[in-house]
Amino acid sequence: MGPVTAGVLQLLALVGALALVHIPLGNYMAKVYSSRKHLRVEKWIYKGIGANPDAEMTWPAYLRGVLAFSAVGVLFLYLLQRLQGVLPGSLGFAAVDPDQAFNTAVSFVTNTNWQSYYGEQAMGHVVQTAGLAVQNFVSAAVGMAVAVALVRGFARSRSGELGNFWADLVRGGTRILVPLAFVAAVVLVACGVIQNFSGIHEVGQFMGGSQQWNGGAVASQEAIKELGTNGGGYFNANSAHPFENPTPFTNLFEIFLILVIPFSITRTFGVMVGSVKQGYAILATMATIWVGFVALMMWTEFSHHGPAFDIAGGAMEGKEVRFGIGGSSIFATSTTLTSTGAVNSFHSSFTGLGGGITMLGMMLGEIAPGGVGSGLYGMLVMAVIAVFIAGLMVGRTPEYLGKKIGTREIKLAACYILVTPALVLILTACAMALPTPANSMTNSGAHGFSEILYAYTSAANNNGSAFAGLNADTQWFNTTLGIAMLLGRFVPMVFVLALAGSLAGQRPVPVTAGTLRTEKPLFTGLLVGAILIITGLTYFPALALGPLAEGLA
Amino acid sequence: MNNSVTNTARLLGAGLRALLVLTLVTGVVYPLAVTGIAQGLFPAEANGSETEADGRVVGSSLIGQSYNLPLEEGQETPDADLKWFQGRPQNGLGTNSVNTRYELILSGATNRSGDNEELVQWVQDAKAAVIEDNSVPGYTVEPSDVPADAVTSSGSGLDPHISPQYADIQVHRVAEQNGLPVTEVQKLVEEHTQGRTLGFMGEPRVNVLELNIALEELVAKS
Repeated sequence: MGPVTAGVLQLLALVGALALVHIPLGNYMAKVYSSRKHLRVEKWIYKGIGANPDAEMTWPAYLRGVLAFSAVGVLFLYLLQRLQGVLPGSLGFAAVDPDQAFNTAVSFVTNTNWQSYYGEQAMGHVVQTAGLAVQNFVSAAVGMAVAVALVRGFARSRSGELGNFWADLVRGGTRILVPLAFVAAVVLVACGVIQNFSGIHEVGQFMGGSQQWNGGAVASQEAIKELGTNGGGYFNANSAHPFENPTPFTNLFEIFLILVIPFSITRTFGVMVGSVKQGYAILATMATIWVGFVALMMWTEFSHHGPAFDIAGGAMEGKEVRFGIGGSSIFATSTTLTSTGAVNSFHSSFTGLGGGITMLGMMLGEIAPGGVGSGLYGMLVMAVIAVFIAGLMVGRTPEYLGKKIGTREIKLAACYILVTPALVLILTACAMALPTPANSMTNSGAHGFSEILYAYTSAANNNGSAFAGLNADTQWFNTTLGIAMLLGRFVPMVFVLALAGSLAGQRPVPVTAGTLRTEKPLFTGLLVGAILIITGLTYFPALALGPLAEGLA
Repeated sequence: MNNSVTNTARLLGAGLRALLVLTLVTGVVYPLAVTGIAQGLFPAEANGSETEADGRVVGSSLIGQSYNLPLEEGQETPDADLKWFQGRPQNGLGTNSVNTRYELILSGATNRSGDNEELVQWVQDAKAAVIEDNSVPGYTVEPSDVPADAVTSSGSGLDPHISPQYADIQVHRVAEQNGLPVTEVQKLVEEHTQGRTLGFMGEPRVNVLELNIALEELVAKS
């Protein structure tokens, strides 16, 4: 069997595994967010918070909960890093500098996990486990909560009520993320991912002498890093590091963890709006783009166009032997089409077009299938836009899921899709126009530009992967990327929740012969087309200067 | 105004309490529970899959290491010890050592693009070296015999594996350096070649540390 066949079989195995859990997990999540019962541990938690989990919230109240919880998260994580020098279990690492601590705090709270530090050389046990790993859980739970609030907006009528933020946050953690991460972490340890709290210690070498290792709670963090589409590696090399991703099986398993919630939550959506077919239409849109991108990536990486790869006879730079080109291509595509940003191979050393595919995946808005929660709400906003475009073509007031898409709704959706492109393009232009940021580039020419374009694309879309040649630990990058992450996460959430509130306040319109059937393949086709055209028009000039110029040279 | 300040403070208080409670669950209980199970059921894996030879720890089967001669005076980088099977180049690690306190196992890639001149040079040099080192009397390595992994750096810089093709072209050299018959060394490589998991996951590979441990035993026996 050749490597191409093996790559395709790995893709098929993933599709099979995801299909297998789709219905049970999707139904289970729908039950979690619809249930009226509280577990005993949840009651304790609500008592600790001092919140009434049964109180319904309007969209402004829901948003205030999201913002307050996230603001406290940033502050707490910032202080934890600044105090690292005096905390126990810090392995002797000093306090993190203010600009880097700000960047990292924002990065983990926004589900981005951009890292301008080297994990094994900067963060001790306490910051990693009680700070960074905690945000891996709760930032994912916040994303899922906002998605569920939008789904309730479609499902409910004439109430304006979107559920209770604290209940959604806690349930996402206790009933979905913690149990799944626990099982996944044990599987990872069994395959060789480390899980200990030892300090920095000497380990002998074959040729004599020794090497210094640091231990860590890696498996427990790795599991939620993938499951919550976070992506912040314990080690600098992220999921390329053998202690994070030791075997070909763990590689596929980690890709599965990345994709399982974003794909399954479309079922949750279908169940909650009362039509599983609507969920399948969204799922089909996500799956079409994901499979198409993986196929393109495999094609460009296996054909390895580029001077260094031609001499080497393959695009193995930055890739591990155990994963090969197939396993690396699937991982790279999946991590950038979700908001994960974990890497098992280094995107900067992919072929020119391969690097472009990773960037384009993020530029789509990370909706195929996207981050946990954020993928679904991003895709539903695109569905609103697609319905609007279809309405313009036939001259009817557009509707989606029995709700009218009026002026207010379309304005909110349009604002949503403008936020991240504006951040990416304006900040990239500023960085290129100023004299110093370019000093951070490792490569020159088109690829140097790509390093900076990639950084802002990754930050504003809350991905967190990088063309890691860029030295991002400068005040300029720590600050501007931090701002891009903050605005790229929370401004769109404002529009999503406002949209949800507006929809939840409407009365449903009856389905007539003139209603666009959004559960049919025709709509899926329209939606895929709308996504590709809108993103293409927005980013084509920037992509032409970077990855296209390199890839077509 | 006063009212909204109170409300904001109350909301932030709720947020802080929620964060502290969830930190207890996901940042203390969860990692400790996973550690307990890991150390109870899979202690070897949880501590880094350490590998022993002759009763002493010689590293981890998961982490690549170098097989070099001692650094000579005036040298910046040591020469490869050609008695042993060699792993992949590790160009990503040199520029990455920002930490001056510890010589930790550093991980990292070169992040050079396919059209980067430095990378082109590294690959060319590596290819020439692989051909020169492994061509011995009666066996010449052709440029087309050299697989891509032999001349490129991995993503982690700690790749413990090489492709079976790269192991194969080292066989004649290793046999000659150790005074062993080629067939025996070839057999050793075949024994240490791992296929794809379940026939389709990942790529065929050879673990360099395990191969060199076996080689050391073979040399000691003969």
